[in-house]
Parts: sequence; C-alpha cells; structure tokens
Amino acid sequence: MIISMIDILIQMFSYTFLVRAVVVGLMVSLCAALLGVSLVLKRYSMIGDALSHVGFGTLAIATALGVAPLMVSIPLVVIVAFLLLRISENSKIKGDAAIALISTSSLAIGVLIISFTTGMNTDVCNYLFGSILAMSRSDVILSIVLSCAVIVLFVVFYNKIFAVTFDENFARATGTKAGLYNMLIAILTAMTVVLGMRMMGALLISCLVIFPALTAMRLCKRFLSVTICSALISLICFFVGVVVSYLYATPTGASVVLVNILVFTLFWGIDMVRGRR
Amino acid sequence: MENRRGGKEKTVIISCKNVTFAYDGFVVASRLNFDVARGDYLCVVGENGAGKSTLIKGLLGLKLPQSGSITFGSGLTLRHIGYLPQQTAAQKDFPASAYEVVLSGRLEMKAGRLFYSREDKNAAVENMRRLGIADLRGKCYRDLSGGQQQRVLLARALCATSEVIILDEPAAGLDPLAASEMYALIARLNNEGITIIMVSHDIAASTRYAKHVLHLANKQLFWGDTAAYKLSNVGFM
Repeated sequence: MIISMIDILIQMFSYTFLVRAVVVGLMVSLCAALLGVSLVLKRYSMIGDALSHVGFGTLAIATALGVAPLMVSIPLVVIVAFLLLRISENSKIKGDAAIALISTSSLAIGVLIISFTTGMNTDVCNYLFGSILAMSRSDVILSIVLSCAVIVLFVVFYNKIFAVTFDENFARATGTKAGLYNMLIAILTAMTVVLGMRMMGALLISCLVIFPALTAMRLCKRFLSVTICSALISLICFFVGVVVSYLYATPTGASVVLVNILVFTLFWGIDMVRGRR
Repeated sequence: MENRRGGKEKTVIISCKNVTFAYDGFVVASRLNFDVARGDYLCVVGENGAGKSTLIKGLLGLKLPQSGSITFGSGLTLRHIGYLPQQTAAQKDFPASAYEVVLSGRLEMKAGRLFYSREDKNAAVENMRRLGIADLRGKCYRDLSGGQQQRVLLARALCATSEVIILDEPAAGLDPLAASEMYALIARLNNEGITIIMVSHDIAASTRYAKHVLHLANKQLFWGDTAAYKLSNVGFM
C-alpha cells in the first residue's frame, strides 16, 4: 500500500510539467492561505473572488496582444485591488455591489476578447477552470520569487497585520498606518491570485484564499494557530488534490477544491461534536 | 450656552479651542471649547449624531478640525492615548486569544517596531491582572462574554497608555450588571490616576462617576463639572 503510494508519486514527478505545477501550486496555496486569514476576518472574501475574474479579463487581453500573461495581469489586477479597497472603504456604491459589478464586467470583456481573437475553444475552459499544463519555466521562477516575497512580508508585518485585521479603528488611533497595510494585503492577494489562476482556474482560485482560513477557524483559538493551521491545511489539500487528479484524471482545480470541502466538513463536524459536549 | 470652569487649577493636558468639525462642508460639531486636566474624568454626552464620535476622531487625530485647535500639553502625544472603540460585528467571533488582543495594544508604543519585546509581554500580562482577567489569557476572544470582551479591550487600551484613555460607548450591548461593573472599573482606573474621556448616550449611568460633563448637540450645550450639570437645564432629567 505504502510502496504503491511511493511508486505513484515517483511516477508523477517524472513528468516535468507536474513538478512545475506542484511547486507553483504549493507556493500559491501557502500565500493564499496566509492572506486568506486576514481577508476572511476582515470580511473581504469577495475581493479575492473579484480579483480572479479581473485576472481572467487581463489574461484574455494579454493573449490577444500576444504578450507574456503575467506581465499584463499582475499590474492590472494590482490596480483593481487598489480600487476595490478604496470602494469598500468610502462607499457611495456599496462594496458588495461594486465587487459584483467589476467581476461580471471583466468576465464579459474577457469572453468578448477571446471570441474575437482565438474563438471560443478549449482555451476558455482552461482559463475558467484551470489547466495543469499552463506552467512554463519562467512562471515557476516568477512564482517562487513572488511567493517568497509574500511570505517574508507576511512574517515581517505579522503583528501589524494582526492589529489591522482585529481592529482597524484602534490600530489607526494608536498610529498604525492601517491604509498602508490594507494596501499591502490587497497587492499581495492580487499577485497570489494571478499566479494561481491559470492552474486553479479563474472561477476556482478564490477557494485557496477562503477555504483553508475558514477550516482553521473551526478549531483554532489563537490567531497564530489559525494562521499556521490554515497554511498547513492549504498545502496538504493542494497536494492531495493534485495526486487525486493524477490518479483519477480529474481536473486539478476542481479536485483541490473538493479536498478542501472535505477537510472543511471534517473540521466543522469536529467543532459541532465538541460544541455539543 | 453654559460654560463654567469647574474644580481647582490642574495641569491641562488636552485643550480644545473653538474647534469645528465638518464633513464635506456639513458642520457636525461647531465651536467646541473645553479642557481636560490630568486625572480628569470627562463624560461626553448627547444624542446620536450629535458629533460625539467625530469629536473622538478629532482627539485621536483621525479627523482634522475645520477650524480651531486641539493642543496637547505637558508631554502628552497622540501615540500615548489609549482607545476603546465600539466593537464591530466582525470582532465578536474573532479567533484570537485574549492575550494576543491585549498585547496588540503595545505595538505602537515605540515607532518603527515590528515585534514585541519581553517588556511588552510583561506589560500585557500585568494589565490583564490589573483588570482581573489574568485567567482569560489563553481563552479565545469569541468565546468570552460581552463584559469580558470589553475588559480585554480595556486592557489593550491600558497597554497603549499610562495616561489617557478615550472610551466610545464602553457599555454598549452589555447587560445592566456587566454595564455597571464596567463603569465601576473605569472609575477605579480614574482613581488610579488615568485620565478618562468617555462618550455615552446613557447620561444617568455615566455621569455617576464623571467629574466633568460635555454635552453636545452639534454645538456645545454644556461644559462644566458634573454637579453643576445635574442642576443645569441641559442636564435636568
């Protein structure tokens, strides 16, 4: 049983594209889980979702122009992240409505551009639901660099991020530059979403942001343990998801989401049983 | 407008002169004139929308006055004002330990710091002990009762200051017993030398301990000591 498991893993990692996908995926999962804790607690979950839709639109633009996708997507999505944060802070249009507005607009623009250029084909499906074949060598390097940046920034500013997440008013009043840290979180989220989007799919990437944090919150009682637990859950779920998708030839993004759902249900069940006692 | 100077001469640490606050040209509080002395207990009362929260923002440096001046005296700086904000819905089920929350009050005690020192951690524990919540240290914030949550936030405010605490509706959402315990606790801190500025719309309960009252209704209706306030036509109930 164990030997056959190892055999499968060895077999899996003899494919270069799978190694690339797993490396990028694990890096992105880790970043998404760390940022997700703050986003979920700040009630910004939908921003991650909106950013992935915007990412889809920018990916379509990049393909149409024939330039490197990440070079177009990352700056554009960062700008939108900046705008979304502004909107949810001083809102004439309410935050959730603005997010839905931006999501659907960029999805529509993306679909239109694709149908004008390459036509509606499997590419669209790959963009929306992810493809494990999408990672090139330069993507791997870029994601490792960006993920390391996310992790270092998160660790360095951990206490500030906690303060701003728990109580923005208090943080501002005592002199923490809350706006700056909100911006930092938004920019890091934008990068993470764009990096993970092509593998997980534009419609599924926000799973990596939201699920691990929510799962960890079922059982953990300290912010530090929520953060660490969320990161571990995210890494494990991604890896198991990829193995499942390899074994049963299922779509990678959807398999990872499925594993996340199962783990969430498990944690939720344990929490319920504990609560009843 | 009544404006009586109350009490003996004391060191003024916060002074507001002709302060007017406005949002987009719409004046929410006009021409406020009052002082806060060291060791004072000022209660700011008034209806919803009377400009209380705006004044708090102004004192905390989050909102600049349209005109007039707010000055700090005898070594007090903005960084050393503790603050107890109103709780947000998101906070009530926040997965953090009480200790983590209290400790976060120390974050801005020195500028440009990212991590806590041993001294900070001791101060957090000490302030929890001071408010009788040392046993809640490892408990999850979301599992605490409303009164315990407020004490945790008060301990955090104490971590950020040794001088002044500004409280925004500290008894909001508490049951009567927890509310009166909260007021008593605040009065005790005041007796221990901490200057208190408290916003409330519960006039009767909050003026029980306050030394001075500031009554707002988009302008200043009254500022003076509590005894005079109770006799005045503004404070008469």
